[in-house]
Amino acid sequence: MTTSNTIQDIASQEYKWGFITEVDEDRIPKGLNEDTIRLISTKKNEPGFMLDWRLKAYRHWASLERAHAEPTWAHIKHPPIDYQGITYYSAPKQKPNRKSLDEVDPEVLEAYSKLGISLNEQKRLAGVAVDAVFDSVSVATTFKAKLAEKGVIFCSFSEAVQKHPDLVKKYLGSVVPYSDNFFAALNAAVFSDGSFAYVPKGVRCPMELSTYFRINAADTGQFERTLIVVEEGGYASYLEGCTAPKRDENQLHAAVVELIALDNAQIKYSTVQNWYPGDKEGNGGIYNFVTKRGKCLGNNSKISWTQVETGSAITWKYPSVILMGDNSVGEFYSVALTNNYQQADTGTKMIHMGKNTKSTIIAKGISAGHGQNTYRGQVKIMKGATGARNYTQCDSLLIGDQCGAHTFPYIEVRNGSARMEHEASTSKIGEDQIFYLRQRGLSAEEAVSMIINGFCKQVFRELPMEFAVEAQKLLSVSLEGSVG
Amino acid sequence: MNMLEIRNLHARIDNQEILKGIDLAIPAGEVHAIMGPNGSGKSTLAHVLARRESYEVAEGQVLFQGKDLLAMKPEEAACEGLFMAFQYPVEVAGISNAYFLRAALNAQRKYRGEDPLDAIDFLPILKAKMELLEMDERFQGRSVNEGFSGGEKKRNEIVQMAVLEPRLAVLDETDSGLDIDALKIVARGVNAMRSPDRSIVLITHYQRLLDYIVPDYVHVLANGRIIRSGGPELALELENKGYGWIAPALAGAQ
Ligand SMILES: Nc1ncnc2c1ncn2[C@@H]1O[C@H](COP(=O)(O)OP(=O)(O)OP(=O)(O)O)[C@@H](O)[C@H]1O
Ligand SMILES: [Mg+2]
Repeated sequence: MTTSNTIQDIASQEYKWGFITEVDEDRIPKGLNEDTIRLISTKKNEPGFMLDWRLKAYRHWASLERAHAEPTWAHIKHPPIDYQGITYYSAPKQKPNRKSLDEVDPEVLEAYSKLGISLNEQKRLAGVAVDAVFDSVSVATTFKAKLAEKGVIFCSFSEAVQKHPDLVKKYLGSVVPYSDNFFAALNAAVFSDGSFAYVPKGVRCPMELSTYFRINAADTGQFERTLIVVEEGGYASYLEGCTAPKRDENQLHAAVVELIALDNAQIKYSTVQNWYPGDKEGNGGIYNFVTKRGKCLGNNSKISWTQVETGSAITWKYPSVILMGDNSVGEFYSVALTNNYQQADTGTKMIHMGKNTKSTIIAKGISAGHGQNTYRGQVKIMKGATGARNYTQCDSLLIGDQCGAHTFPYIEVRNGSARMEHEASTSKIGEDQIFYLRQRGLSAEEAVSMIINGFCKQVFRELPMEFAVEAQKLLSVSLEGSVG
Repeated sequence: MNMLEIRNLHARIDNQEILKGIDLAIPAGEVHAIMGPNGSGKSTLAHVLARRESYEVAEGQVLFQGKDLLAMKPEEAACEGLFMAFQYPVEVAGISNAYFLRAALNAQRKYRGEDPLDAIDFLPILKAKMELLEMDERFQGRSVNEGFSGGEKKRNEIVQMAVLEPRLAVLDETDSGLDIDALKIVARGVNAMRSPDRSIVLITHYQRLLDYIVPDYVHVLANGRIIRSGGPELALELENKGYGWIAPALAGAQ
């Protein structure tokens, strides 16, 4: 057995989250036009400002679509997406005013428990509140009452629109306007649910907030939207997880996340993304086209993105921070893994506007099989950003010789006092390294996973404890069969 | 019983025959030194014993504690008690020495049907072995071999051996790169491990190491074959005369 066989074997393990749940779904017909938008808005019983915003977004998107202005700059390849062939709303049928979990479809609860996510508060680890999004809607949010004691609002986006329309109106689109890009416009037009979190002044959110996204229905796109606002001096840590069934067709996931941190506020946003990546030949899998952005609006605020991306056929994602407040801090820690025929074009943008703003970018790309991994990062220092600092480190690890790693850093400096540091490296998992660890008694799989965990350490240590363990397991599973 | 029995071993790398018929028996409890010119196949022999897959065995048989060593994967050989100290130890970024060594020890314990050790049980063991090798405690937390000096890497190999307590240790030029004090420390560590149920193979170029670790036998490997075996005095003779007198063809190869 050669080294590349061992790596190959380790990387080709089956996707374990690929089951399909049989539920009665309320689906609207395929296709997209103004009536679709109105229908979604009506189903959600939305106030007028929402419908207006959606329609503006739709018209903007439609003009881009007509002009064939779908973005093509990313280092990814896929057949054209048929936007009329997608169902834009699909939700498990449920009673309109569920009071408790007992009223959630047991099949849906069962699906979450198969994924290792218990929605029953008594059975949950006490430190994590979960919002469960199934296809187009949120089916349950745990620990709402406990959070409310501290004034923290954590609920589905739909509920926020009903109960806190003032907050939604104030912040929706304030970080990612609907006109931001093609997929952000599409999301704004059709998004059906997502999570909403609001942490009031001076409150340190007492538990981790998390959303678990599950795509289940066929031919359905998932378009969720997350909005997190942390007021002065507040703190929130938010986790996001995602999976989808194995299907032969590609499915579109186009989400938007907006974060807002006021003076001295901190937001830590962690993602473990494990959408179905497609099979070994590259059939099926999720197209993950996501716009995530945070705004450090206040002085001394901090937004930190940590992501571990192992899934999706295609990932197109650049969690970014706009550093407006003086002394604000933006961080991006990322591990992106591509195996088989997966493609990832991911990175970040750090836009420095305030004085003495500081950003750190640690991006680790792992490519195996025929995977193509691209880091694309932009650091922009605006005129007023005196004393801005950025540190960027991009490391690529190649497993086998049919994969690729690409790095595209864009740097724009308009203030001479800026200090920028950039480091990059590319390495291969060597047969000598694997042999060394095996000589000490570790199996080839354990050896590879140890080398990869070592490579990702700077990112894993930023993840909340439970997630770090989860992420390590996920990486070794995603790589199964790719070690040689 | 012999710890290791090698019979007519032929091995190739990239279709080039490097080992051309090795016969060697090492009884339990003995220390054997293998010397020989550069490129003669000493490290190749060590790697074949440790079951490195890129080294192809063309012919021959190897019994390790009576079991067919050539049928084992590297990790099986390791778990059966074979340890190789590398001539060029490998770096593993981001993984601490302590974490790595505990994982290795637990893999071997699992193979033997023993319970894993948690960090609380393990750290005192590691600490004791590091003290024996006079290695600073901070090396526990440093990434495996990353940024270690040449001598530190070699010493770290012996720490690993001391923790893993193998039945057969093959030390490939562990002495090269060590300063004089370090050589004594390493020799003390190796001597502390001599026992009736453990055998040690020392691959070396220099008599100096054998002053501190006195072998039971010395073998000379040249051009893929063992061309002479003898007692510790053979090494002294080599030190004085070089290899030319046993194999005139090698006169220029030392
Ligand atoms: N990958 C390889 N491809 C081709 N030849 C190789 C390869 N690896 C080793 N060799 C050759 O095999 C021969 C034996 O090498 P080996 O490392 O076993 O020698 P050695 O006795 O340990 O030498 P030294 O005393 O210098 O450590 C050398 O001629 C070497 O060039
Ligand atoms: Mg050698």
